Amino acid sequence: MKMTQNPLWLAAALTALLAGCASKPATLPTDDTMGDSTSMGGDDTTTGSSMDSTIRSAGFADDDMAGDTADSLIIYFEYDRSEVSAQYADLLASHARRLANDSTQRLRLEGHADERGSREYNIGLGERRAQAVRRLLLIQGASSSQISTVSYGEERPAAFGSTESDYEKNRRVELSYR
Amino acid sequence: MSYLTENGKEKRWVAGVFLVLLLGLQLASAARAELVIEITRGATKPIPIALVPFGWSGSGQPPADIAAIVRADLMGSGRFDALDNSAMLERPTRGVDIDFDNWRMVAVNYVLVGRLEQQGDEYVLQYQLFDTFGARQVVADRLIMQVTDLRRAGHLVADAVFEAVTGIKGVFSTQIAYISVSVVDGAQRYRLIVADADGNNEFVLLESNQPIMSPAWSPDGRRLAYVSFEGGRAAVYVQTLRTGSRRQVSGRAGVNNAPAWSPDGRQLALTLSDPDGNLDVYVLTLLGDKLQRLTTRRSIDTEPAWAADGEFVYFTSDRGGAPQVYRVPATGGDAERVTFEGRYNARPRISPDGRYLAVVTDDRGRFRVAIQDLETDVFQVLSDGSLDESPAFAPNSSQLVYATRREGRGVLETVSVDGLISGRVKSVGSDVREPVWSPFRP
Repeated sequence: MKMTQNPLWLAAALTALLAGCASKPATLPTDDTMGDSTSMGGDDTTTGSSMDSTIRSAGFADDDMAGDTADSLIIYFEYDRSEVSAQYADLLASHARRLANDSTQRLRLEGHADERGSREYNIGLGERRAQAVRRLLLIQGASSSQISTVSYGEERPAAFGSTESDYEKNRRVELSYR
Repeated sequence: MSYLTENGKEKRWVAGVFLVLLLGLQLASAARAELVIEITRGATKPIPIALVPFGWSGSGQPPADIAAIVRADLMGSGRFDALDNSAMLERPTRGVDIDFDNWRMVAVNYVLVGRLEQQGDEYVLQYQLFDTFGARQVVADRLIMQVTDLRRAGHLVADAVFEAVTGIKGVFSTQIAYISVSVVDGAQRYRLIVADADGNNEFVLLESNQPIMSPAWSPDGRRLAYVSFEGGRAAVYVQTLRTGSRRQVSGRAGVNNAPAWSPDGRQLALTLSDPDGNLDVYVLTLLGDKLQRLTTRRSIDTEPAWAADGEFVYFTSDRGGAPQVYRVPATGGDAERVTFEGRYNARPRISPDGRYLAVVTDDRGRFRVAIQDLETDVFQVLSDGSLDESPAFAPNSSQLVYATRREGRGVLETVSVDGLISGRVKSVGSDVREPVWSPFRP
């Protein structure tokens, strides 16, 4: 079964995220889907392993990553939103496996926004997006020490025009291994 | 080298200014740009004035055309209509030589005369402004300077004329800092630039292949705070203009953004993120690096701006579901919402006189600059673009400069706080953005 066709995957991941972290008092950026205050600590192994069994059914192997195009290292977002679409479930699962299987791997997440709205607010939006991706990787077994985030807001667009198509390309999180 | 074309009594004019580039103290960058300044909408009744070419006594040609500098400044304000030199019936250089009938006949209300003298290494500039109908001297002064300060002296004369006639303090001798972005060999180059208010004397403060953003003048005009992503991570720096030396004042993990100076220059409000990426506004006391958190919500709280009296810090928050402007006591406390017009108001700035709040507002799907009168709460959209952003007040609180996009290019525009006069500063070589107007020089 291709998990990309299963919208429940995201819901399951988010439920797991909330369940695994509800005891933490620290704050998170507020995504509408995120609900209550949560924090990503290292104590989510239980939910993480339950996710692993689901992920294995995707049939990804580390080798698949090597042959991926650059596009597969980018996750796109809706306007003014920071929820990760379910279509990226397979992609994120494979990256999470890569990180979980090799503790020396270091991943950098760069959050970006389109040019609409003020620049400094867009830094916040880019950070939210990067954090949304980070959380989904952490609950699937990646360690927080492996992942760093930076938000460029609208300062480093992938497309330079001002059309809707340009904006779609710019609302993104780029994943890069160090 | 500047030239000026004027179209009779029409209020439109164009001055093409070829920038003289000064090298940065620490960066010998070879940037060159060309700014075109254009008044897109002037006053309905601009004040007719004659700016008589200044006399010169010294060796060779005069080192500066002071009257032309004053002319460009006053015309660029949109509030004056300067008489063509060719229409002048006489060209006096001192008040006693003026025949006021010659100026009443060509219907100018004011006439400026003056002369420049070389005295050894120094230059002496004397000027007098007269009300032609009252035949009375309005303002006069004598300035002594080095050759490098002649342009600035011209701007000071323009400031004095502007204030004497309009009652508003002139800002021609002030500066503007901004970010310029150009593509070099397929890669973006970011520059933090300081230039005179007319676009001349460009000075590159920082150049990087990583983004630079959020420049902010210290209240004494001697330092700039900004955000640089050099090294692939965001940090806030404070750089001294005169020496070029700088200090990283905030390089914490995550977001370090949106620095804003307190009116006394001792503190920076700024935006930091916690380990989970939640943005909040903090106040950093520069001496001793003391940090106080001002907001605690799980919303994006950012873009702080100090009230003119330092009592409150205004900021943008989406705690209500969409970005609006709130304010919180600068020493901490409960936040209260300030903007209610429309569904998006962000990036607050307070005018130096404390009267106006400028924001970026969503005006029926277009992002525009608006101001809210803080006494009456009257809200007015001032700009007419669709991607207008980063409004900044001039130090006289009478106009704003902001960034927008025109024909696919980032340009700067100005608008008076009453919305009646607007202009454009178009950079030919690069995208320009995030303008910030310097305070008055002490």
